[in-house]
Amino acid sequence: MLDKATYVRRLGDNALILSQRLSEWCGKGPALEEDMALTNVALDLIGQARLWLAYAAELEGAGRSEDQLAFLRDAHQFSNLLLVEQPNGNYADTLVRQFFFDAWHYFLLNELAKSSDPRIVEIALKSIKEVTYHVRRSGDLIVRLGDGTDLSRRMVQQAVDQLWMYTGELFSSDAADQAMVQEGAAPATEMIRTQWLQHVQEILGEATLQTPPADAWMQSGGKQGKHTEHLGYLLAEMQFLQRAYPGASW
Amino acid sequence: MNASASDRRLQLREQIWGWLHQVPDPEIPVISVVDLGIVRDVQIGTPANIDAADQEVQCTVVITPTYSGCPAMNVISKEIIAVLQQHGVSGVAIQTRLSPAWSTDWMSEHGRNQLKDYGIAPPAQQVIDISGISRKRLQAPKVACPHCGSMHTLCVSQFGSTSCKSLYQCKDCLEPFDYFKAH
Repeated sequence: MLDKATYVRRLGDNALILSQRLSEWCGKGPALEEDMALTNVALDLIGQARLWLAYAAELEGAGRSEDQLAFLRDAHQFSNLLLVEQPNGNYADTLVRQFFFDAWHYFLLNELAKSSDPRIVEIALKSIKEVTYHVRRSGDLIVRLGDGTDLSRRMVQQAVDQLWMYTGELFSSDAADQAMVQEGAAPATEMIRTQWLQHVQEILGEATLQTPPADAWMQSGGKQGKHTEHLGYLLAEMQFLQRAYPGASW
Repeated sequence: MNASASDRRLQLREQIWGWLHQVPDPEIPVISVVDLGIVRDVQIGTPANIDAADQEVQCTVVITPTYSGCPAMNVISKEIIAVLQQHGVSGVAIQTRLSPAWSTDWMSEHGRNQLKDYGIAPPAQQVIDISGISRKRLQAPKVACPHCGSMHTLCVSQFGSTSCKSLYQCKDCLEPFDYFKAH
């Protein structure tokens, strides 16, 4: 039960933290359509985060609500992937982060839709319709910018190279992951890795970009609560209201 | 339960469905929450999974979210309760059901026509294909302009003014328009 609570909370944390990052673009997107797209994706992710965190709270059985999980935990208690907490940077950084995440998210949800846990199936099937839109858009934009001008190509390649070291963690597997696989509740991470790598290589190839070596050194730790320095600042903003005015509501 | 009580329940259930047709979607007020396919069921009496001590519950309305982050869901719940209260149904419980996930296939023909008259292109027949994401697959659907009917249209952005819409432009009458995504 606790392994499942951990696994489901990680899914919720990924959606929550990336949603918060994307919402930082609200009103500042490079074009109106992009501004709307990013905030739409952020909205889908916050909805998914609520579904996962509500379930995680039930599973852990500690009397905490989804809101308490989101607003009253400190950085080391968050279990999101390092990739999603990385700063927005320039627009290429934001898009490449999104593309890496969306492709992983799609293939993972596709398998979670066959989970032995009916609640996970329900949330995965709801989410994958939304995520299919996300991953199509981010893939399209990678091709457009990669196979674009010299400047756009250089910037996307730079973002790919810089973020690559955070992609290994998408497929790392610990005790909680293994327990879920054994139960038939979640797919083996190696299987998702194969599908992800194939899709990423296909899109980066079409975008005339270089895919970094799959066996490059990878940074990890997010799933275990060891984060980059960026997460603390993000939480300071996201949690300010509940920290300053505990229990405030409208 | 005797026959007349059962009849009364059926009658009330039908009346409630009728009243729910008067509850508009808060974002697109031209279409009702019933025509949009959000209302999945109306149950008279206290359902098993609601606290039996709550004798006040006369009916339970089961709704499903369109998109998981849709901010309109809270407003919709409140509006449903308010409209039913106006008609004397005081104990209304709202239950959210995720599965099966909402689909634009559930939108009524009436609702589709209302969207079109309002200037929003209704969803194309085919719901979103979630079976693959390769770019070699079919991309944006062909959509008719709700103003002039031309099929000569262009998807400007997959994401529009709300989660459920994309932004299109007609290449004949040049008007931009919203397309209600097939989902």
